[in-house]
Amino acid sequence: MEVGVERRGNARVIAVKGRIDHLNASAFHEQLTPHLQHCRSNGDGIVLDLSALDYISSAGLRIFMMAAKQARAQGGRIAVAQMQALVQEIFEISHFHLVYEIFTTTDEAVAALNRQPETAGT
Amino acid sequence: MQIRFWGTRGSLPAPLTTDAIRVKLAAALTAAQNVRLETPAAIDDFIAQLPFSVSGTFGGDSSCVEIIDNEDNHVICDLGSGARRYGAEMLRRHGPEQPQTYHVFMSHLHWDHIMGFPFFTPAFIPGNRILIHGCHPNLEAAFRRQHGAPSFPVDFNQLPASIEFVQLQPGVSADIAGYRITPLLQRHAGDSSGYRFEKTGKCVVYSTDSEHRTENTRETEAFAAFFRNADLVIFDAMYSLADAVSVKEDWGHSSNIIGVELCQLAGAKRLCLFHHEPVFGDIQLEDILRQTRRLEEITRDGAPLEIISAWDGLVVDL
Ligand SMILES: [Zn+2]
Ligand SMILES: [Zn+2]
Repeated sequence: MEVGVERRGNARVIAVKGRIDHLNASAFHEQLTPHLQHCRSNGDGIVLDLSALDYISSAGLRIFMMAAKQARAQGGRIAVAQMQALVQEIFEISHFHLVYEIFTTTDEAVAALNRQPETAGT
Repeated sequence: MQIRFWGTRGSLPAPLTTDAIRVKLAAALTAAQNVRLETPAAIDDFIAQLPFSVSGTFGGDSSCVEIIDNEDNHVICDLGSGARRYGAEMLRRHGPEQPQTYHVFMSHLHWDHIMGFPFFTPAFIPGNRILIHGCHPNLEAAFRRQHGAPSFPVDFNQLPASIEFVQLQPGVSADIAGYRITPLLQRHAGDSSGYRFEKTGKCVVYSTDSEHRTENTRETEAFAAFFRNADLVIFDAMYSLADAVSVKEDWGHSSNIIGVELCQLAGAKRLCLFHHEPVFGDIQLEDILRQTRRLEEITRDGAPLEIISAWDGLVVDL
């Protein structure tokens, strides 16, 4: 598992490569944590670029859940983009598609996160 | 070895409703349009090809699973509401005149796992011997309390059968009724125990009411060892993973995803989804089974793992 980070406007694009399973989920969590602190209202949005993620187990998904919870609590936005077919199916079967905003491409996710959040009507 | 499921529902019995039966009937009649159903055999064939959610039901009794060998030992896991029909079947088979010995293995003492005992007829027949095994120190107290006034009219002391409580230790194997039985401590409110049963080269693991933290490597390896090469793993798959790690975190239950992962790590042959969420109907449970089979297929690395979903009345040959 490898993690690469790139800033694009107000979005931090975190590319995750390889597999996340019970053996390296904690290491993944450690690498994600410093970025999560900045994922807040008026801070950075996070896009998890999963184009090179080959597999994710329940242990990895648990970290994804913790990240989503923390971002939400801080008023920040976090999304996933460009999932491989296998990872997308795992997201659906585990119901994580109900937890995360999912974008087909990283560009779309970055654009969405850089847009001002719409204010609620009425 | 053979496994018979008498109760498969989690938390609370969940009887089928008239509305649910009407949905099944409507689906069956819709499917029957333009089908010739003129003989009983044709009707049977037609029913057999319907989806299980239409022709059957996963059922509504709470946890009770029988382990059958060819020596007529009576071994069951948990005394949920399914124990009522199990007891009735034993009485039908053996009659009141032939004393029997029952070995019960308790995962834990939550209501849904003990509530069948007041209606377990073998306890009301003198000469029967019922040995209730478990790792909880308050095993006996929980059963006595359930039978006490004002909750039940027959006091525990009035039960004619001989009832004994046998304390087991997690991680310490015991030889009972010809089985090598190993309990394992599981994460659940007030703790629960899983049991690994081995006999004549066959192995079944009963592991319900257990929450898993798979990122805890040591714990994951311990469960993989517990499930190692099992012919069947009966697994608490009550919630979706997303629910189990968020709104229902610390509720003490697991998911189909973790069941597949642990069985794959363990090289188990068959996974049985168990302790079904009471709010799920048959269509939803069938959907979960289909998705779980798909997950196994796309994550398979080695021999295939067969996935089944428990229903009241299901018999599995090992
Ligand atoms: Zn239960
Ligand atoms: Zn329980």
